[in-house]
This record gives sequence, C-alpha cells and structure tokens, in this order.
Amino acid sequence: MATIETHRTPVIARAADGSATSQKLQRTWDGKPGLGGWLSTVDHKEIGKRYIVTAFIFLLIGGLEALAMRVQLARPNQTLLTPEQYNQLFTMHGVTMIFLYALPVLSGFSNYLWPLLLGSRDMAFPRLNALSYWVFLFAGIFLYCSFPLGKAPNDGWFNYVPYASLAYNPGPNIDVYALGMVLLGISTTVGSINFVVTLARTRAPGMSLNRVPILVWGTVTASVGNLFAVPAVSLAFFLLWMDRQAGAHFFDSTAGGQPLLWQHLFWMFGHPWVYAIVLPAMGIVSDGLPVLCRRPLVGYTAVALSTVTTMVLGFGVWVHHMFATGLPILSLSYFSAASMTIVIPSAVAVFAWIATIWTGRPVFTTAFLFFTGFVLLFVIGGVSGFMTAAVPVDWQLTRTYFVVAHLHYVIIGINVFPVVGGIYFWFPKATGRLMNEAFGKWTFWVMFIGFNVAFFPMHILGLLGMPRRTYTYADNLGWGTPNLIVTIGAFVFGLGIMLFLVNAFVSLRHGRPAGPNPWDASSLEWSTSSPPPVYNFAVIPMVASRYPLWENRLDDGPDRSSVGTGLVLDKERETIGTSVLDAEPDVILKMPGDSYLPLLVAVAMTAVFTCMLLHSWWGAGIAAVATFLGSVGWLWPRRALAQIET
Amino acid sequence: MNPRVVLASSGLMMLPSALQGEPSMAYQRTFGPAVDPITRLGWGLGIISLSVIVIIGALLLGGIFRKRSTIPAAELPQPTARDDAGGMAWIYIGTGTTVLILIGCVVWTLLVTAAVAEPAGAREMTVEVTASQWWWSLRYDNQNPGQIFNTANEIHIPVGRPVRFELSSADVIHSFWVPQLAGKMDVIPGQTNVAWMQADKAGVYRGQCAAFCGPQHAHMALLVVAETPEAFAAWREGQVTESVMPATDEAHHGQLIFETHCAPCHTIRGVTPAGIRGPDLTHLMTRRTLAAGLLPNTPENLTGWIASPQFFKPGAHMPDHILSGPELIAVAAYLHTLN
Repeated sequence: MATIETHRTPVIARAADGSATSQKLQRTWDGKPGLGGWLSTVDHKEIGKRYIVTAFIFLLIGGLEALAMRVQLARPNQTLLTPEQYNQLFTMHGVTMIFLYALPVLSGFSNYLWPLLLGSRDMAFPRLNALSYWVFLFAGIFLYCSFPLGKAPNDGWFNYVPYASLAYNPGPNIDVYALGMVLLGISTTVGSINFVVTLARTRAPGMSLNRVPILVWGTVTASVGNLFAVPAVSLAFFLLWMDRQAGAHFFDSTAGGQPLLWQHLFWMFGHPWVYAIVLPAMGIVSDGLPVLCRRPLVGYTAVALSTVTTMVLGFGVWVHHMFATGLPILSLSYFSAASMTIVIPSAVAVFAWIATIWTGRPVFTTAFLFFTGFVLLFVIGGVSGFMTAAVPVDWQLTRTYFVVAHLHYVIIGINVFPVVGGIYFWFPKATGRLMNEAFGKWTFWVMFIGFNVAFFPMHILGLLGMPRRTYTYADNLGWGTPNLIVTIGAFVFGLGIMLFLVNAFVSLRHGRPAGPNPWDASSLEWSTSSPPPVYNFAVIPMVASRYPLWENRLDDGPDRSSVGTGLVLDKERETIGTSVLDAEPDVILKMPGDSYLPLLVAVAMTAVFTCMLLHSWWGAGIAAVATFLGSVGWLWPRRALAQIET
Repeated sequence: MNPRVVLASSGLMMLPSALQGEPSMAYQRTFGPAVDPITRLGWGLGIISLSVIVIIGALLLGGIFRKRSTIPAAELPQPTARDDAGGMAWIYIGTGTTVLILIGCVVWTLLVTAAVAEPAGAREMTVEVTASQWWWSLRYDNQNPGQIFNTANEIHIPVGRPVRFELSSADVIHSFWVPQLAGKMDVIPGQTNVAWMQADKAGVYRGQCAAFCGPQHAHMALLVVAETPEAFAAWREGQVTESVMPATDEAHHGQLIFETHCAPCHTIRGVTPAGIRGPDLTHLMTRRTLAAGLLPNTPENLTGWIASPQFFKPGAHMPDHILSGPELIAVAAYLHTLN
C-alpha cells in the first residue's frame, strides 16, 4: 500500500489546453461514457446545465397553466375551467414558478459558473451537488404526481390553514404539497451548504472576499438566507402533515391551535425566499452589465453590501404579508417602516447600474437589452412593493390583482429577464457558440412588450377591486377589458419565451463559434476555453485584482493576476483550498470521483416520502434505512480523499 | 395637479368610467372617514411611484443613447476604468434623495394608520359578521333583545354614523372588504377581528371576500346599503318582525315543502325547524341579490337558484334538490311572501 501523502507544495508552472498537464487532467477528470457516466457525474458544469434545463421545463409547464387560466379569465363568466380545476392550476402555477423554476434556475447558473468564476475545479462538495439536483428533480416530479389524477394541491402556494386542513380538504392534494415541500427543502438546504463552503474554501489564491463577482455575493447571501428560512417552512409543512395524518392540532382553532401560526411560519420563510430568488439574478446583472458597458461596476462594495443588507432586512418584514390579519397597530407600524427601508439597498443597486451605464460605453447586445430592461422592471416592481408596504394602503391593495402585478414584476422582471439575459451572455461559454443576436433582439422586444401588456393592466384590475384567486368575475364591474388585454399580453410573452428557446436550440448547433472570450469580459471563466474543459483550468490561476482579465487596460495598480501560469495540481482529482477572507492557499483538496451514491440516496429519500404519502409505514421505514446506509457508504472515510497541507 | 389627471394621462383611462353607475369595487374615490385618508395616501404614494418610474426610465434611456453614436458597430470598445468618483456621486445623490422621500412617506403612512385605526366618535351600532363558505351571516346587536335580528349578505347602515363590525368565521379564513368604505380585515377562525366603517353618502356599496376560501371564493360578495337614519330605522323595524302565515294555498303548500327540504339549513323566524347552515331567509324579498351577490333577486333567478344552485355556484354547500315543477313553483311562491 502506498504511503499517504500529507504534505506537498504545488508547483507553479505554465500549462495550456493540449499540454501534457492538461491531457493528464483530462484523463483524471473525465467521467464514464454513456448512461452510467450521465447518472453518476458530479461535474458542476453538467449539474448546472441540468438544473437550468429542468427549471426551464418547469417554467414551460407553469406557463401553460398560466395560459389556461388566462383563457378562462379573458371574458367574464366563462366556464372553460371548473372552480376546482382553476384552483389547482393557480396553485401549481405558483408552486412551479416559485419553487421549481425561480430558485433552481439560479442554482443552475451558480453551479455552472461558481467554480469557473472562482478559479476552481468543482464545488466544495461535488457529490452533495449531485444529490441536491436529483432531490430537486424528484421533488418536482413528486409535487406533480397527483396532478394527472385531478388531485393537485389546491390552496395556493401559501397554503393557508384551515382550508388546507383535513376538515376542508380531505383529498391527498395537500399531503402531496406538504411532503413534497419537505423533500424539496432537503435539496435547497444541501445546495445552500455547498455554496457557502465553496465560497469559503475554494477560491483561487488571491481572490480575497472583496474580489469575488457580485453573482457570488448574491448566491451566497441567498444560500445563507435559505439556511435560516427553509427550516421554518419545512417545520410548518411537517406540522400541517401531523395535523392531517396524526390528528395533531397545531393549526386547529377548535382545539386550541392557531391558524395564524401557519402564516407566521410560512412568511418567515416566504419573504427571505423572495430575496433568495432575486439576489443571485441581480448579481447576474451586476456582473454582466458592466462588461457590456465596458467598465467595472460602479460601487462594487456598495452593491455587495446592499445585497447582504437586503437579505438581513428581509428577515424582519414577514408580517407585511399579514397586515390585514388583525394584529396590533403598533406591530403593524414597525413592520411597515421596516419593509419600506428595503427601498434603500435597492436604490443603491439601481443607481449603481444607472451610473455604470452613464459612465460606460454601452454595447447593444441582446444581453444588454435584457439587463437594462430588467432595471426598469425592477423599479416598477419595487415601487409597487413600496406602496403595499404602507399598512393602510395595503389594506386596500393586498389580495387583489395589484399584488399579482407586483409579484410578477418582481419574479419575472427580476428573475426571468436577468436569467434570459444571462443565458445570452454565458451561452457561448457553456456551448462554444454564440446565440443569434438579431433574433435575440427581436425576442427581447416581444418578451418586454408582451410582459408589460400582460402585467401592467393587472395593477389597474387591482385598483378596480378585483380579488386574486377568483375563477371568474361578473361583467358589471369594469374588469372585462383589462382582463382581455392581460390575456393577450400573456400569449405574446409566451411567444417571446418560445422564440428564446428556439434561438437557444438552433444556436446550439448552428451558432457562430465564440472563442474563449467573445465579450472581452473581465472575470476568470472567460480565460478558459469555450466550452471549458472538464477540469476547468489547466493550472489554478492566481488572482491579484477584481478584474483579472482587464488589469493591463484598467491600469488597476501594480499587481497582476497570473492566469495561464498557476498551481499545477494533476495528481488525481485535486483543487486548492484557501483561507476564508484573503484566499491564501492552505490545503490541496482531494475531490471525489463520479459516484452513483447521490442518485441512490436521492431515490431512497424520495421513496421515504412516497411511502409516507401512501401510508405505507413499513415501506417508509425500509426506505429510511436505505437512505441511512447510502449515507454511511458515502461518508465512509477514505484515505484517497484526505486533504494535503501545502 | 389633479391626481386623476395624472393617472389618466399615464394610461389608466378606464378608471373614471368605472367609478360611476352600478355598485363598484374601485376605490379611487371613497365615501367615509375609515378609508378617505387611506385613499389620499394611496394617491400620494401612487403618484410618487409613477414619478420614480418615469425618472428612472428617462435616466436609463439617457444613459443608453448618450454615447451610442460614438461606438463603432460590431467592435467592442476597450474597457476603461473611469474614475469611480463620478459614478459614486450617482449612488450618493440617488440614494440620499430616495431616503428623504422615504422618510416622508413613512411618517405619512404612520399618521394615516393611526387616523383610521379608530373612529372619531363612539360607535353606536355593532353588527356581528360571521363568514362562511360562501356567504355572510349578519347579526344586528341591540341592548333590547327584542331588537336583535339576523340577516345575510346585505348590510344596512345609517349614513354618517360609525358602525362597528365584529368578524368571526364559521369555517376557513375569509376577508371582509367593502373597498369604498374601509380596507380589508381578515376573518379568521378562533379569533374575533374588529373593523369599522362609516358611509358619508347614501348609496349601495359592493364588497367581496378577498381571502381565498375554496371553490366559490369568486362568488362571495355582499352589499352595504347606506341610507338615511329614518330609512334605516324603518328597515330595522321590518327586519325584527316575524314572518306571517302565507295567505294563498299555493304559498302554504310551499311552506310545507320548505319545512321538509329547506328549513334544516335555513331559518325563517316562525317556521320550524330553524337551521343555521345557510342564510336566514325571514325577509328574503327585501334583499337585492341572491347567493351572496351572485344573482339579482328576481322571481326567475329565485326559481332557477332553488332548482339548481350547483349550476350557478358549483361546489356551494346547497345541494340541487329534486323538486317537481309544481313543488318548485309552490316554494318560490312561499318565498315571495317573505317581505
């Protein structure tokens, strides 16, 4: 048996793609061919792409649900959908978009980009990364399992009790939602842990915390937020499941329970979650927009701090979803003022983007249009949020279409637009080919106009008093015309999404070859080839500034990053571990190879929840044991994975 | 500037027309002290919000088109580090201005919150509202027990007097909302929330449940009829009386059918049994609508509704009854006597 290596100082050398070093790395890092390799890979780039593709499939499903509802609401008193069908559709639309699209698509971006942005070879826990994807996929399928039976969740995505309790909702609908959300929470939690540790430990040497891209700040802020927020919602759904299946009375007012407890637990999670699904997307813009304005972001530090501040404040505002529940006026006043202060960090970010455009030289690419369009939509969604933060005004606006308009400006404006812009921006990195720019600009205008035609009139519907979640409406309230306009806009927006997907599919094969750095961008991912090799970087770069690829031209101080020359780590799968603040190298991390264990553990875990749904307690027990054994096998110490001090 | 002009010029033209005519849910114009300060605040914040959108939009367009012509097409300019100081000024000035406006808005908001929390004068009348899937039960309190009565879905109040509402739920969460008279207050099982409103102008105001409460959430409306104190007193006198025995044979036959098929859920004072699952029908014919605001209370609608509630309101707790044609006509004839 070979002796265990405990100490090694990595060699610093130059190596490019095609060199002996890179050929060795290729052999070391390459996965198995075929289906086996597909199921067992832990490559962050594969997982990231899968996250994005899966999230977009859910986006399409949620979009079709929305269009069905829009047809129903296009005219008054229509009967295309039954009330129960409508209720299941709006519930699954919300669940799908918020839980199965909005965060997963950003997880996909960050999974794909983080190690490339940070100058590393993979996430800190590659197998955990795979587990997080598989559990997300299975939880998504789980949440849809009762949809074909007409028994999908039907109480809205925030699922208020007591309508969600057994007395009023006896079918399996709510059990599917409760168990599915606990399962999905596992995926979110392990994914978040992975991001936090990856940021802390696997940045390239010299990439101190004040040099990481804003996308990294956004994602790590979202991840820390999720680690605090997700337990609240997992607990809430578990308690609800206990109420329904074990006769507990946590939320049952007839037995001393408290319906408002649900709302507190849900929104303690729900509001931070809203920031988790927008902050990384804002990071996409903060990193992409400056490249297209040909200058660094104005106010990097201010934007990074505003990102964190938004999340911190986001934990103190949940009651603004409950202004009409009869809480004391003093308490409402506090939460009202706290909610309004979120305007401040948002203003910092908005003016940083505007200043970047004003003091830069904008290049009119499709991504630029999406990023700039995003800024306007962000402001519209922001000011409507500011209006609902005012307690008495919210007593009128809440639960009307005004709120529906607001939340779609926030989620589509601040998530979908940056995501689509981000795909135009990073598509050449991931595929080696550029998307079609002329077609892309058309796509932008179809999406932008369709979006505003669909969602701006919803503000007016809200001001005309139309409550949300109504499957139809009378013809004498003035709601008919705005609803018809909304429906038309929704179809135009849907067309825009389809155009975008067509562009992506066609460009995958026929796009213009991109080269490593088509936008002449500044960060590390653009220093490697497009698409990047499986090992990301032939040598680990050494970073001396925030914009390693622009240093010579920015005249950014005397220090220079070293990109083609760096740490050679080519024995087995290795990357460098660095210190938390200053990113000084301290260990060589041995990375695990491809493994079926994440998939197996995810299957076993899903089996636990499926058996619980079917009341097969023995099955659930067996699946739990399988989950445990899989985890033991996973965590069993292996000498080959021991860290090496430098 | 007139706020309505601003809103109309920003593309919200359909608002004014919606403010007239039939009972409306629009709350750009409101009619009582529980809501008027909110309406002014809403206009104020709305105008500030629209201004922010316009200003930011202009800044974006200005920034985009200012340098556009100098860029050679299809060639990326070299990145430049321009002095951050000029850029930072944007953040300082922009955020600073935002904070000043924000502080003003917070103060205004808190003042309005305090102003509408309680009525200026004493509330001389209390209505207990019990929300159920998918209708509103009303009980008018009185110190004299003989003056207490129940009704449903149509609240009468005297003009110019603050009225107190005690809100409770018989099943799930609902939300009590009459936008032209007051903001929403949720109706939550296990607790009694209190709201108040006062109508300064006589008229019929529409309300609707605002919290998702199940399949017929869309059809859970109510009306508030604000009338002169004299008209209100007359209405109240009418409501406290018991029903009278029907005069015609057909109506009498209808009452017998009602006792078998309908009375287990519906109360008509003077008739047994007196169920409470559905609305009190003692003075049904004094109401403007049927089925919680769904249908105008006409003879045809009443007959149709009794024949098939599930057609009009699928999922409602009132089942389709198998009544023969003559039975149906007899019940309707009986109900028509309930003035």
